[in-house]
Amino acid sequence: MSEALLKFENVSKSYGDFNVFTDISLEVHEKEVVSIIGSSGSGKTTLLRCINLLEPFQAGKIILDGQEIGYHEVNGKRKRVSEKEIAKQRAMTGMVFQQFNLFPHMTAKKNVMLGLTHTKKMPVAEAEKLAEKWLSAVGLQDKMDNLPGQLSGGQQQRVAIARAVAMSPKILLFDEATSALDPELVGEVLNVIRNLAKEGATMILVTHEMRFAYEVSDKVIFMDSGKIAAMGTPKEIFEERPTERLREFLATFNTGKAE
Amino acid sequence: MNYVFNWTVIEKNIGAMIEALGFGLLMAVVAIAAGSVIGLLLAFLAVSKSKAAKRAVQLFVTIFRNTPILILVFIAYFGLPTIGITLSKVPSFVVTLALYSSAYMEEVFRAGLEAIPKGIIEAGQAIGLTRWTIRVTIELPIMFKKVLPSMGNYLISLFKDTSIASSITVGELTYLSKCLTTQTFRVFEIWLTTGALYVVACYLIAFILRRIEKRFV
Repeated sequence: MSEALLKFENVSKSYGDFNVFTDISLEVHEKEVVSIIGSSGSGKTTLLRCINLLEPFQAGKIILDGQEIGYHEVNGKRKRVSEKEIAKQRAMTGMVFQQFNLFPHMTAKKNVMLGLTHTKKMPVAEAEKLAEKWLSAVGLQDKMDNLPGQLSGGQQQRVAIARAVAMSPKILLFDEATSALDPELVGEVLNVIRNLAKEGATMILVTHEMRFAYEVSDKVIFMDSGKIAAMGTPKEIFEERPTERLREFLATFNTGKAE
Repeated sequence: MNYVFNWTVIEKNIGAMIEALGFGLLMAVVAIAAGSVIGLLLAFLAVSKSKAAKRAVQLFVTIFRNTPILILVFIAYFGLPTIGITLSKVPSFVVTLALYSSAYMEEVFRAGLEAIPKGIIEAGQAIGLTRWTIRVTIELPIMFKKVLPSMGNYLISLFKDTSIASSITVGELTYLSKCLTTQTFRVFEIWLTTGALYVVACYLIAFILRRIEKRFV
């Protein structure tokens, strides 16, 4: 297999004395879809936020596209890179949040354009075209000039996905993208993610949608108390259920096993 | 009631009174504009990570918000010259009002900044925006919308505080009225008119602010 697009090398994260996760190593290859499952508090969201450098981490290396991100060595000491560098590295990843986090004072189109014009320094006309293209791709061609407050949760999350994808990141990170949605709105968002997977986007999904994870993933990671407790193909994780802890966890989801 | 009203003094001086009111308004606009800029900088310091900066802002606000404006004006105009800082009365008053208003504005802006959900700022970081861009394109517009109504209240209140300038003989409306009363003794007519002029001015300010609010919110 080719060199991994994203690599964790013995990454550890703690808040004071509390270890969120310890000694995590994993690889994500280009065009791979990886789902991370696990109970709340298992460290999966924090792990995702470390890739986006929204959380500092204390040890180990995260390597994205051959480049270590977030930290570098200065005279043998591990130091966080400059704010400017961090902003650049963040633009290599796209993040979709549980709470959508759209900019409430900007229209859907402006939400998508902001990163293009300011981070990518794209001319406004070009950014506008690209924003329109992506908003249409997520089915919101009629809502481009609406403010987030005028959109449903599902529509807001689709704008947020367009905002992330338009930046053409190397990897897309979804942090429980459907957890804050009313049940009847989950489908429209999952459809968008499914299409992105089909088009070959590299993605990491932190999710509670077990059936969806089974269907769309190439690899599933089960996290438990800050460790990777199991990792494998969806078939291995959801059907063979290699560990006792995983069996217990999946038993709490009645949709856990694919029918 | 056997007081006989005589409005001649008003008829003769209404033009000068309105002019003096306008001068007060001008001082207020300059002072509050400067105060807002200072207040905004202080607010950003107050929400920064530096504890020293936070404490310094707190100290500043405590001093300027808890001293009556009249005392601040006296300290600035009568006190500072004794240590070699001499400003003529108008600049002295405008600077004092600017600092006084900056303490109030800092509190308003800080509350507005703190009310912005952290996730929205993280979303800005996630698309690679620099701290400065996030500040200008995300935090400031959201914050201004949130604080516009309470800012309006302070603007009106601070405008009324320009009457304090009369205590160091700055030629705004209250000082002019004081002079007119000593010349004519038409005390009631003059102060009623003065009060009415402030009410009309404040009402107009409130009206304009409401229009602005409607447009932005």
